[in-house]
Amino acid sequence: MGLNKMKTIYFDNGATTKVDDKVIKEMHRFHSEQYGNASSIHHMGEKALKALEKSRKAIASSIKAKPNEIIFTSGGTESNNFALKGIAFASKGGKNHIITTKIEHDCVLNTCKWLEKQGFKITYLDVDKQGFVTPEMLDKAITGNTLLVSIIHGNNEIGTIQDLPALYRICKKHGAIFHTDACQSYTKTPLTSEMADMITLNAHKIHGPKGVGALYIKTGIKLVPLIHGGSHEKGLRAGTENIPAIAGFAAAVELAMHKKHVDYMENLRDYFIKEALKIPGTKLNGPTGKKRLCNNINISFRSIEGESITFSLDQAGICCSTGSACSSKSLEPSHVIMALVDDPERSHGSVRITISRFTKKQEVDFALKELKKAVKKLREISPLTPRGGKHVQ
Amino acid sequence: MYNEKIMERFKNPKHMGEIRNADAIGEVGNVRCGDIMKIYIKVKENTIADIKYKTYGCVAAIASSDFLCQLAKGKTLDEAVKITGKDVVKEMGGQVPAIKVHCSILAQDALKKAIENYRKKK
Repeated sequence: MGLNKMKTIYFDNGATTKVDDKVIKEMHRFHSEQYGNASSIHHMGEKALKALEKSRKAIASSIKAKPNEIIFTSGGTESNNFALKGIAFASKGGKNHIITTKIEHDCVLNTCKWLEKQGFKITYLDVDKQGFVTPEMLDKAITGNTLLVSIIHGNNEIGTIQDLPALYRICKKHGAIFHTDACQSYTKTPLTSEMADMITLNAHKIHGPKGVGALYIKTGIKLVPLIHGGSHEKGLRAGTENIPAIAGFAAAVELAMHKKHVDYMENLRDYFIKEALKIPGTKLNGPTGKKRLCNNINISFRSIEGESITFSLDQAGICCSTGSACSSKSLEPSHVIMALVDDPERSHGSVRITISRFTKKQEVDFALKELKKAVKKLREISPLTPRGGKHVQ
Repeated sequence: MYNEKIMERFKNPKHMGEIRNADAIGEVGNVRCGDIMKIYIKVKENTIADIKYKTYGCVAAIASSDFLCQLAKGKTLDEAVKITGKDVVKEMGGQVPAIKVHCSILAQDALKKAIENYRKKK
């Protein structure tokens, strides 16, 4: 059966999501009717500016921040670059130590590696077996020279949700600025401006458009801009504001901010995990319960490799990923799972399934059936499968 | 990412399996790099009479192993030992993603090792 005849089951919502129809409708209005430039002084400009500030207010209120603490960007990658480089360059000649973790998204890790070349000292914190950074670990690494601490809120691969308030307390105690990348966790777990000094947010993981995100910057924190030009976004991010995307972002947030969506995803997630772990030779990567992202499932399969599982599922119409989508075309075992435990077989054998509020139980049941078939077949091909094909848990 | 020929063979492998009383086995790769290939050969009158494989790895690793077996079956040892990764890629429709070329070379090495082991035993 060709791919075009199959029903697509989209289980890669950690990579990106379907844009909600209501969001598209909202965006369409700002593309075709109210398409003015928010910097223009005529009535079309005025309307655009109003829409911009309304969106800013909505996003600010979603994390209990003030509207003037929200800066719109082109997405999570830009927000993370801006937070790290903006603080680093604002501190020229001052403190030069930055702490991050080994399980960050590449856009934080590679920004840190680049800052290292510019003379900054970077500490990459280890995590425990479930992916947590403990306050003790941070307390040990932090010094009076620590300028910034950047720790991912909800991990994109294994779904670990960090205890931000506890980590923020340590930062405050030592006078370091605390940033968190909340791209995966936003609207999926409690998040407020009281939990960090800077927070990265984005739209396309929550059924909003690609190419738009925001950085929350607490009043009083000074950053150097990455992009120079006009006086947009208080001079911190030049370029004509992408009003259709920003309005779409705000609409997406309002649609996503319901506890019922989180409860729904949590139930499906736990059902999937429970059923998948009945397959022998499997391990869940990351924590369980409220400390795990409500849409994230990450399981390792003994004796087989994640890419071939992913492609086997793809042939049944199911989209998922191995490790994070950004690294699935590289050969390295997932840096996140390797940070949990030095076990390359577990790391290579990991598959990430990320559901959404639109996921149906029938889709989960179909995927579980196909997953069992794929694992059985690939284990028949693998030389690592124990004789007789029996894996022990 | 992969062409149809590779995906079709991945779906329906033709040479997968184990030869219980193989004359020689060639094994390459390790878990750390994510690929292990084990090639089993049965030799009759200096010719590869039967060849099978077991592979741990990605789609390209599994397909490379299968196409390698297809190429080697029926060939004399002298011919088979000359099979290269390039020949395997050609057999797979001529194109694999750049980072997967090493899988075809791994297949070449596994067969070479099996033949080497066979000759050592004799």
